[in-house]
Amino acid sequence: MKSDVIIIGGGLMGFSTALQLAMRGLRCTVLEKESPGRHASGINAGGLRQLNRNPAEIPLTVEAAKMWRSIEALVDSDCDVRFPGQLRVAESADDLDLLEQRAAMVRSLGYEHEEMIGREELYQLAPALAPHCLGALICREDGYARPFHALTAFRHKACSLGVEYRVNTVVDAVERERGMWRITTRKGEFQAPVLVNCAGAWAGHIAASLGEPVPLKPGAPMIMVTERLPHFVDPVIGAAGRKLSFKQMQNGTLLIGGAHMASLDFHKEQSEIKWPKLAVSARSVMALFPQLKDVRIVRTWAGIEAFTPDNLPVICKSSTAEDAYHAFGFSAHGFQLSPLIGRIVAELIVDGISSFPIEPFDITRFKSS
Amino acid sequence: MKDHYQLVIIGAGPAGLAAATVAADHGVEVALLDEQPAPGGQIFRAIEAAPVERAEKLGPEYRRGEKLVSAFRNSSVGYFPDTRVWSLSARREIGVINQQQARMITADQVLIANGAFERPVPFPGWTLPGVMNAGAGQILFKGSGIVPSDGIVLAGSGPLLLLLAWQYLRAGVKVKAVLDTISRVNYIKALPKLPSALLVHHHITQGLRYQQTLKLAGVELHNGIRDLQAHGNESLESISYRHKGSKQTLKTDSLMIHFGVIPNIHLSQAAGCDHFWHKRQQCWRPELDKWGGSSIDGILIAGDGGGIGGARTAEHAGRIAAFRILHNLGILNQRESKIEAAQDRKWMKADLRIRPFLEKLFRIPDSMLRVPHDNAIVCRCEEVTAGKIRSAIAAGHSDSNQVKFFTRCGMGPCQGQQCSQAVAHIVADKTNTPLQQSAQFRIRPPLKPLTLGELASIYPEERE
Repeated sequence: MKSDVIIIGGGLMGFSTALQLAMRGLRCTVLEKESPGRHASGINAGGLRQLNRNPAEIPLTVEAAKMWRSIEALVDSDCDVRFPGQLRVAESADDLDLLEQRAAMVRSLGYEHEEMIGREELYQLAPALAPHCLGALICREDGYARPFHALTAFRHKACSLGVEYRVNTVVDAVERERGMWRITTRKGEFQAPVLVNCAGAWAGHIAASLGEPVPLKPGAPMIMVTERLPHFVDPVIGAAGRKLSFKQMQNGTLLIGGAHMASLDFHKEQSEIKWPKLAVSARSVMALFPQLKDVRIVRTWAGIEAFTPDNLPVICKSSTAEDAYHAFGFSAHGFQLSPLIGRIVAELIVDGISSFPIEPFDITRFKSS
Repeated sequence: MKDHYQLVIIGAGPAGLAAATVAADHGVEVALLDEQPAPGGQIFRAIEAAPVERAEKLGPEYRRGEKLVSAFRNSSVGYFPDTRVWSLSARREIGVINQQQARMITADQVLIANGAFERPVPFPGWTLPGVMNAGAGQILFKGSGIVPSDGIVLAGSGPLLLLLAWQYLRAGVKVKAVLDTISRVNYIKALPKLPSALLVHHHITQGLRYQQTLKLAGVELHNGIRDLQAHGNESLESISYRHKGSKQTLKTDSLMIHFGVIPNIHLSQAAGCDHFWHKRQQCWRPELDKWGGSSIDGILIAGDGGGIGGARTAEHAGRIAAFRILHNLGILNQRESKIEAAQDRKWMKADLRIRPFLEKLFRIPDSMLRVPHDNAIVCRCEEVTAGKIRSAIAAGHSDSNQVKFFTRCGMGPCQGQQCSQAVAHIVADKTNTPLQQSAQFRIRPPLKPLTLGELASIYPEERE
């Protein structure tokens, strides 16, 4: 079958790209090796976080935040978004210094979304927090959504505009012939003049077959969820001195992430929880919320994400192949950026240039190393 | 409890007890972990504590367990009752909670002997208070002598249904009716399997005796019932069903349901063992070799958790697995373990002769397993109905895990144990995929409740 653009990878980046391209009148086919959102897009913690991002990502994250504010206008679903703010608490004077430096740096770049709050305001926002905290860095507009619902909303909207997608369609070969991409899969052959690589942890294979290998590493950050509790905390809580992301979801469960990694057999796509590291996460939670000692953990999981050496994504036109584009390697913080990534890739394809500063995300940055 | 054992056995029912006793008698350092306060498993629950009179009411098979338990008590097995296993890895790391203390232990060999659980078959109203799994009712009875006071209705299918009715009757409970989904078709299909079943006549004669007693006591026995529904506002008030084409209603505030048992494969799934759909038993089972060895080295499975065979078979399978473990540990050579296991193998083979007959006779109608009523709750924990699952599938969520992602079905504290079968049936039906090919819920440990505090207490040395 023929279309204008073939997108490899049926996750959020793939469907966001397909949606934006469809809105600009192009026919897209999304090829997914398993099922939509099977890995990073479906299993991430759903954080809509501008707070504490790499400066290179700030212009993107700020625009993406605006898009999430009116996400329903884009995908006909609110994706269950909440915007109670995200906090990064200081537990020591050193922490406080670190956060203040960060706030100053963000201000110096001309952005206002991250600011320091003192002890008093911190305990107004999060009264359940253990009493030893000194203050926090806050982004009041931050929040969270439900990732799989978002993925489903993007997919439905894209499909309503004519996007086609194929599941269980593993790409075996990518070739360029007479101005056309020919994609050989186990479910047949697909052709299109333009190719987009949104294959997440598997994007490295595609990039390599275009002659531009990337040192992409798969990883499986662990997350745990507790039983439902009465509502007791609004903002998403992190800490300057701990690997922790903590929030109470819409249904009362607590979602606890900490970027601690599970052991992963990438080939088999099987991750196994590393309990010693998860125990560290549990201790972090108890340091900040000792009252949660007897709360039951209901589930833990670790889904596969793609990490680059600098933890920044690859978002660019291919440096080696005509009419090929990349958007991958979001290093476990791509969810918030996803609505904008589709726009950027669509700009690159249709306008030839993006209106956002994406130079830091060019694939050629790995060449020298 | 030590940090490491040569052999860890999970479950102190007939399989676990038999295996533990054999292994310990050969000098193996064994830890037997069990959730119950006393040995016996579900089938021989509270066997040491049950007064003689109650044990007699429960019948001769129950007495059989006494021998098993006393042999175990005389062995050197390290026995840990009231102990929950919340994770098991392919590397034989076992997450355990014992005396409020969470810990991780390891073993050279692991034997999973955690048995079966009652097949959940959702139908409208099955979550109403007053509707109870018959096995759970039996547990109350065995453990504490609690029996329903105002009479009961029993519904479902499976050999236990009659046994329970018989046991309740003997305990003086009014049994208003026994409603069985067995149809004439089941009888016809089971008939060719009868001759080999008759070789283990004790099962058949037992069953006939139950039926006889119930009939004599004037209990209504109806076969071939369909479309079972429970009704009531706050709790159960009545039930309805179709029998011989017409709708029947029956007032009752207590309905015991039982649709046979299926292997408890939560641990073997968590470890990553291979499983397959067993058509005759209508359930998933682990792939096992003839010693009970799973697809993972050093992890063996014996008893109903490896496929339904009943208590006697479990006992034999436990011993057979133990002889293999003794070989794996270098205590017996291959020839010796083969010779040692021969007698149990023979008995087990004989005991299993009745299974094809029982499986045909008590086969649950596939139409029931597909949960035809949209209003029936499938996931008790998250209150997800069959209708909601079907609409998720219609919206493109074409396997069990996507349905789970989207509807939260299976995300509750029971870890999807209650709904995974029903979801698989609904998905297979709606997507026209054979059950063999349909994905099961991915396991998300902890398998048993583990608190943040308990987790935090393990590995105190570990830093960020």
